[in-house]
Amino acid sequence: MHGLSPFFYKVISLRAAGDGKEIIRHTMDYFLELFLGGLTRGSIYALIALGYTMVYGIIELINFAHGEIYMIGAFTALIVISVLTMMGMNTIAIIVIAGFIAVVYSCAYGYTVEKIAYKPLRNAPRLSALISAIGMSLFLQNYVLLAQTSDFLPFPNLIPNFTFMEPYAHIISSAEVVILITTTAVMILLTILIKFTRIGKAMRATSQDRDMARLVGIDVDRVISVTFVVGSATAAIGGVLIASHIGMINFYIGFIAGIKAFVAAVLGGIGSIPGAVLGSFVLGWTESFATGYISSDYEDVFAFVFLVLILIFRPAGILGRTEKHSI
Amino acid sequence: MKKIGGKSFIIVLSLLFCACFTFSTSFAADVIKLGVAGAHSGDLASYGLPSVKAAELVVKNVNAAGGIDGKKVVLLIEDDACKPELGSNVATKLLSEGADVVMGHICSGSTKAALPLYKEASIICMSPSATNPPLTQSGDYPNFYRTIASDDAQARLEVDYALNVLKVKKIAVIHDKGDYGKGLAEFAKQFIESSGVKGQVVLYEGVTPGAVDYSAVVQKIKRSGAEAVIFGGYHPEASKIVMQMRKKRMKMYFISDDGVKDDTFIKVAGKYAEGVYATGPMDTSKNPMAIKATKEHQEAYGSDPGAFFLNAYAATQALLNAIDKSGSTDYKALSNALKTEWVETTLGKIKFDDKGDAIGIGFAMYQVQDGVYVEVSK
Repeated sequence: MHGLSPFFYKVISLRAAGDGKEIIRHTMDYFLELFLGGLTRGSIYALIALGYTMVYGIIELINFAHGEIYMIGAFTALIVISVLTMMGMNTIAIIVIAGFIAVVYSCAYGYTVEKIAYKPLRNAPRLSALISAIGMSLFLQNYVLLAQTSDFLPFPNLIPNFTFMEPYAHIISSAEVVILITTTAVMILLTILIKFTRIGKAMRATSQDRDMARLVGIDVDRVISVTFVVGSATAAIGGVLIASHIGMINFYIGFIAGIKAFVAAVLGGIGSIPGAVLGSFVLGWTESFATGYISSDYEDVFAFVFLVLILIFRPAGILGRTEKHSI
Repeated sequence: MKKIGGKSFIIVLSLLFCACFTFSTSFAADVIKLGVAGAHSGDLASYGLPSVKAAELVVKNVNAAGGIDGKKVVLLIEDDACKPELGSNVATKLLSEGADVVMGHICSGSTKAALPLYKEASIICMSPSATNPPLTQSGDYPNFYRTIASDDAQARLEVDYALNVLKVKKIAVIHDKGDYGKGLAEFAKQFIESSGVKGQVVLYEGVTPGAVDYSAVVQKIKRSGAEAVIFGGYHPEASKIVMQMRKKRMKMYFISDDGVKDDTFIKVAGKYAEGVYATGPMDTSKNPMAIKATKEHQEAYGSDPGAFFLNAYAATQALLNAIDKSGSTDYKALSNALKTEWVETTLGKIKFDDKGDAIGIGFAMYQVQDGVYVEVSK
């Protein structure tokens, strides 16, 4: 379809200049809409994939409970928003306070999960930690199911419709723009954190060789805890923004989003921060274009076929490091 | 084995013969025999037992009022446990006992097994609960009627409403790939296509339930130029799609099914739910006859009626009314009466179409107006 389109443009524009231009404009609009749709979807995945990839980069553990932290962030925000709205606060204060509490609460969960489920297994085979992660994911899901509800709950639209966005509202909404900007900002901040700060240096050291890092005086346990806390914070920010964009949450959202974000992280090269973002965008675009030009019935099929192809030609993912690990 | 098989065949034949004989002479007899068949035991008994109670209550009322043309109505109650093999046994037994009409069976499978026997014997059979579409639509069983809408009735209503009331031509049909949603969507597509020039399916797509967003599908709907969307599925996906459509400033009609006619949908989609259409079972709670029947049940059995009670009550009323109006239990006269005489029942005023589906029951179209579903089809 893609390959054929330019040819068609030519034929059409040669035949009837007026109508042809119209058709080209429509086709281009549609392409742009799908592109932006894929970009938003990709940035949703990216906000979750960043946490996955950070944790993997440091301790080579696929933290399946990460999607659940995202879900808990959204639920915390919803509860805080409901309380604050009843108290009659203004919207901006509500967004800031709810976002802040959600981040703090999710960080506490991330920290605790690491201490309970992963730290005792630090020296166990990697499979044990993986199973512990899946168990934690199921536990948190069912905990929220029992403590809250199994129903979908409406999530208020926190991001107002900016007036300057109104002419483009049919293509991209204000919420989508905010998600895109946040994803980019979070990605840049994380890169700065890892490249230019002391704790970032310690993270890189731990990631390269945990024992050696310990020998040179790095508190490895603290570094891992910080990684989990930072990862959870990004998940919580994602939870609040995405829930507000989609408008509803239930206990299960973390699982599905988590799986897709995990795929995106693998696609981009797990362990790499820019890779997670790039992988998420590529996944988002694949799904969006597959739906738009072929059929949404096979959305997931195309996404996973693409993953398989990438992994055949670049086993470490698009931006993954190809050198061999010591473990 | 073979011998026994042969013997039972002869028995069945002779029973059938007797049944026919009884049938032709039954009107001369001084009672009207109403067969009631369905699951009265087993794990699906909760579907069948309310129909027995419904029949008992209607018959009690009719007999208290002097019966039909001076004849008392008696019930012949048989249990098929919703099993097809028992369904045909029950049919044989009812025919041998001389049933004039049959109210039942409950499940589509056992109904289908029993129908050929009734057809052979020219006996009318009316189910309060068998929803399988081909039972009436195949035309194989002209003796079959039902007081419940078939599975495709919702799709029919959705399409009719879109084409005739909303007067749209281009329709996008979207489903959630599940049995229920896809089944409805397939019917909707078929009905739109068979409507001739009136309507056109511009998009037919399945979406992945639970996906984080549906923006690509929504863009595709927009590009297809659809004037209305018919969605087959449940409310979580419906609310996500509607919200994204409205946020993208798409104002086309959104029509869905009873999976969406749920207050959770309105709660979740909030202001975006406004104007959404959904089909749902007709509201019978304000029907005086339904209220009366429910009260009778509470007085007689000390509990609230179970599933399909009102449908069974209506079926019994419709059958006895047809016997009363036609003055006979003759197959032709009864069929004619069922198809021409409107009768006031617990489900409202009904009669039957040529295929045996009840007109005037089933689903109604609702629209979200100011945060509540309001019936709009009447």
